[in-house]
Amino acid sequence: MLTSLLRAFLRPYRRPITILVVLLVAQTVGNLYLPNLNADIINNGVITGKLHYILSTGLVMIAITVLVGICAVVAVYFASRIGMGAGADIREAVFTRVQSFSARDMNRFGTASLITRNTNDIQQIQLFLQMALTMMVIAPIMCVGGIILAIHEGAQLSTLLLVAVPVMAVFIGIVMVRVIPQFRSMQLKIDRINEVLREQITGVRVIRAFVRNDSEAQRFAVANEDLTNTALRVNRVFALMLPTMMMILNLSSVAVLWFGGRLVSEGSMPIGNLTAFLTYILQILLSVMMAVMVAILLPRAAASAERVQEVLLTVPVVSDPAQPVRPSLASGVVTFDGVSFEYPGSERPVVEELSFTFEPGQTSAIIGGTGSGKTTLLNLIPRFFDATRGYVLVNGVDVREQAQESLWASLGIVPQAAYLFSGTVASNLRFGRPEASDEELWRALEIAQAKDFVAAMPGALEAPIDQGGTNVSGGQRQRLSIARALVKQPSVYLFDDCFSALDAATDARLRAALKEGTRNAAVVIVAQRVSTIMQAERIIVLDDGRIVGLGTHQELVKSCAPYREIVVSQLGEGAAK
Amino acid sequence: MSMGGPMGGVRGGAQPPRRSKDLRGTTRRLFGRLRPERVKLALALVLGVTSVAFMVSGPQILGSATNVLFNGIVGKRLAPGTTKAQAIHLLRAHGGNQIATMISGMKITPGVGVNIDELGRVLGLCALVYLAGAAFNYFQGFTMAGVTQRVMSGLRRDVEEKLSRLPLRYFDSHSHGDVLSRVTNDIDNLTTTIQQGLSQLITSILTIVGVMGMMFWISPLLALVCVVTIPLALVVTYFIAKRSQVQFARQWKRTGTLNGLVEETHTGHELVQVFGRSEATVAEFHVQNAKLYEASFRAQFLSGIIQPSMQFISNTNYVVIAVLGGYRVASGLLSLGAVTAFIQYSRQFTMPITQIASQMNMLQSGVASAERVFEFLDAGEETLDVDGDTPVAVEARATGHVTLSHVRFRYEPEEPLIEDFSLDVKAGETVAIVGPTGAGKTTIVNLLVRFYEIDAGHILLGGVDYRDLTRDEVRRAYAMVLQDTWMFAGSIRDNIRYGRPEASDDEVVEAAKAAHVDSFVRALPEGYATLLDQDASNLSSGQKQLLTIARAFLANQNVLILDEATSNVDTRTEVLIQEAMTSLRKGRTSFVIAHRLSTIHDANVIIVMDKGRIVEQGSHDALMAARGLYFDLYNSQFAGIAT
Repeated sequence: MLTSLLRAFLRPYRRPITILVVLLVAQTVGNLYLPNLNADIINNGVITGKLHYILSTGLVMIAITVLVGICAVVAVYFASRIGMGAGADIREAVFTRVQSFSARDMNRFGTASLITRNTNDIQQIQLFLQMALTMMVIAPIMCVGGIILAIHEGAQLSTLLLVAVPVMAVFIGIVMVRVIPQFRSMQLKIDRINEVLREQITGVRVIRAFVRNDSEAQRFAVANEDLTNTALRVNRVFALMLPTMMMILNLSSVAVLWFGGRLVSEGSMPIGNLTAFLTYILQILLSVMMAVMVAILLPRAAASAERVQEVLLTVPVVSDPAQPVRPSLASGVVTFDGVSFEYPGSERPVVEELSFTFEPGQTSAIIGGTGSGKTTLLNLIPRFFDATRGYVLVNGVDVREQAQESLWASLGIVPQAAYLFSGTVASNLRFGRPEASDEELWRALEIAQAKDFVAAMPGALEAPIDQGGTNVSGGQRQRLSIARALVKQPSVYLFDDCFSALDAATDARLRAALKEGTRNAAVVIVAQRVSTIMQAERIIVLDDGRIVGLGTHQELVKSCAPYREIVVSQLGEGAAK
Repeated sequence: MSMGGPMGGVRGGAQPPRRSKDLRGTTRRLFGRLRPERVKLALALVLGVTSVAFMVSGPQILGSATNVLFNGIVGKRLAPGTTKAQAIHLLRAHGGNQIATMISGMKITPGVGVNIDELGRVLGLCALVYLAGAAFNYFQGFTMAGVTQRVMSGLRRDVEEKLSRLPLRYFDSHSHGDVLSRVTNDIDNLTTTIQQGLSQLITSILTIVGVMGMMFWISPLLALVCVVTIPLALVVTYFIAKRSQVQFARQWKRTGTLNGLVEETHTGHELVQVFGRSEATVAEFHVQNAKLYEASFRAQFLSGIIQPSMQFISNTNYVVIAVLGGYRVASGLLSLGAVTAFIQYSRQFTMPITQIASQMNMLQSGVASAERVFEFLDAGEETLDVDGDTPVAVEARATGHVTLSHVRFRYEPEEPLIEDFSLDVKAGETVAIVGPTGAGKTTIVNLLVRFYEIDAGHILLGGVDYRDLTRDEVRRAYAMVLQDTWMFAGSIRDNIRYGRPEASDDEVVEAAKAAHVDSFVRALPEGYATLLDQDASNLSSGQKQLLTIARAFLANQNVLILDEATSNVDTRTEVLIQEAMTSLRKGRTSFVIAHRLSTIHDANVIIVMDKGRIVEQGSHDALMAARGLYFDLYNSQFAGIAT
């Protein structure tokens, strides 16, 4: 997964990657050549006392150093361009792909998961790419080059590498295998502590009301002790890591001098080569360390790549028809004709055999218990889901035959959980119609009973709104969300139980104004509160996905038992007469 | 619609580094917290110094091994049987002036090869020194791990204790997110800093000092080369690090912006689609993404060139030492071993310098976190209560009689709120509190359970003044069902038992039955042992409400506080909740924040609140006759019925 993802997204960077590799090879070769020159200085200059040779070789070394430096800086430039560029490309590809997802696709992944895939996962891949682009190129060259040169300096002595390299790799491997799960368990324990603290903050009222401070303190003490013990263990194991690696490096040097020293004294190896060999063995071991570090990042990056690929390879389940039909009338008629919907593989449909029509200029209401299918019914209209049987027609044309953009243009939606976007009050209201004038915004606010509080906000229409709308109260957020739909002036309004956050008086005023403001459109209201929908021209009572009552309040109170039951429970026996 | 509600903060990435306001003060205070560990810290320091001393002497010993070799090689070439002085004389006579000069400074015996025994001795010593260095380094890390974990554990404990001593006012006036971030993220950040930063910083500084010392000892002249390069390396690192830090801050900021955009677009996905904003959003993303790319490229590039720059300086240093050292050896002023040792040293100081740069950065953000934690620890506390339960309190609670007399309370001293409020609630009576959303109905609750202290007047429980009781004694009188259906991560059984931990399993089931929640709980695969997650997101809000009622049933106190709010609850569950609340109220003194007409009707007293204040007070009939706010509220609930 990681390779196919990287192959696809690195393709545009083929040329910079080629340049990068060339630069890194040059840099590494240069770095490997320096000790060689140093050996020459000792063998040919120092021992024979040729000062001139020392100086001229020294100048060559300086020149190489400068070249290596330039190569390195330019390489970092390209590595950053490629790494960050490919990261940005992947991020954009994922974002664009998600934009084309239908509700079904969104549900399959879950919003939170998609956000993580679009942010953290890509950051992981980017981090890996950045490391891999430099270290993954340098480490093998340095390792192989180092080995070749080491053999060149002293073939016999190079057998030492057969011991030192595996010891290093195995040691790092063991520590990593042991420490990484421990780190994970430590993270879990940090999460646990944070969970307890979070509960103490959010539940402060309940804890104090039930006088449970002591037991909370006890719970925390247990979690704290647990974390402290684990952290102590992990850090003590980890404390072993650096000293041991340094020890392996250093003891390798000692071994080189011991075995090399014998070779030198036998005369089978010049002494200058020994010094160079020392440097090479250090470089080989360092490259092994580097490779292992990158290898550690690999599983995480691979897991992230898989999660990202999954998004990129998803084909949206709802797509536009080849030849979209444009409805001739735009007046706001919604017709359900024998509509059923069931999730694939489920035993029974969520809604079944729904047939009715929402007319322009009329208010229709849907009421029923949790799981009765109210929201599913609404979701079939904007094609968040497609009916599995029957037809849903908006303005006379099957929704599946319309282009999604044009279908959506005729709908105004107010979801159950009001959601605002960061920006200003005005930018939120103009969400569906950017060209709306200020007067139109104020009119919509007036209908939504939001005029007073918006006027009182500092900056009024230009007052800032935080992401999600968290800086206004739930009721205000709901009213702004209603106003947003009003500004769009669609021919069909879908209100999904969005009046529940309002107090009864505001609810009543809003509904009265709404009647005026949506004169020619079809209005569909899903509600829990009977008082919200009593005046609707048509009330649909849903139970278990089926229509058990259809009519006005008066008719239903008389004829529909489930409806009567709801009315009595909410308004008392008197209201049902 | 199928959007399940806005997602909580799924912020990607870590936080940007923050700067502290009072670096010196906070650092001093942080060190103050290390005081109890000073013995161990001193030990760690001694271990660190010892370790560095060993590690630093390694190359020097390796160098003398090289000398043994070199001496042997050179000595072998000279005629055997002559003395060193004779050999030098002979060389000069044959025009080998250069070599003669070099040999004059060496410890050689002409004609004798490499002394393998001596080489073995020297290398054996070297291996021991390295082993000892590694061992001491490990002991230092081991000791420091204990020190930091104990200090951080203590800090976490203090923070938790602080939480329980803070007045409710603090929680109401600070966002939960901010408090949470101080007690979790900041503590985590601080732990990492102290754990990694402190220990490494000490080692890095010691290493630089040790390496410099050794260099001067071997050859003051060559060391002078490093006296130029080390500060140069420091300056370059500092200079680049400072610039890249600016870019990193920009990168974090833009990552935040972009992640925010991703978060809100994906969360409001269907709105974006239906309101026809997909294209505009993708365009916006493109702009933000390009900005992030630019900043992160710069940050990566700048921080990336630190390494090559260090390498360049180190390589230059290496070459200069090789050349100068070669000259010195050839002139007989320095041994070859000294030069090789020197080269090793010069390679050792670049790493600690780059490390110090990153550790300084880390420390800075750690100190900023420490500051935020200390700020939290410094917040004003509630006056401390004595533990225990007096007989007076037990007796007072048994009465279920609550009296408020001339109570005055203000959240803000200059904003009048409740000025002179009196109410006598006898055992078994019901008080309804009504008013529009945001009218401040919870203020009364806050005062009754003493979340806030009244400014003047008296609240009496069974005739005993609150001030003569501890907060806990007062609170034990009340069972509460709040709108905030808080559950902790644990089993359903433990959550119900929260109000009375000593209750038996049977009593839990009984309470659940009374709250109409038993059958639903039994339907779950794990029954009462079902674990709830942090937000109890596996329960609907109606089910959570029923569980809190069961909790109140089990707590079985004489005075009840009920918040009836039932938004987002389906009609059937609502009926259950209503029935459960009615049976809970039987025989108990109740304060009900009412939303339903049936409750209001039979309440003994109705308190009508608006904009934080009590505007009306009386029975249903009296208030209806007064035709005030209550009259309006009441009618609006029935609006439409008449038509």
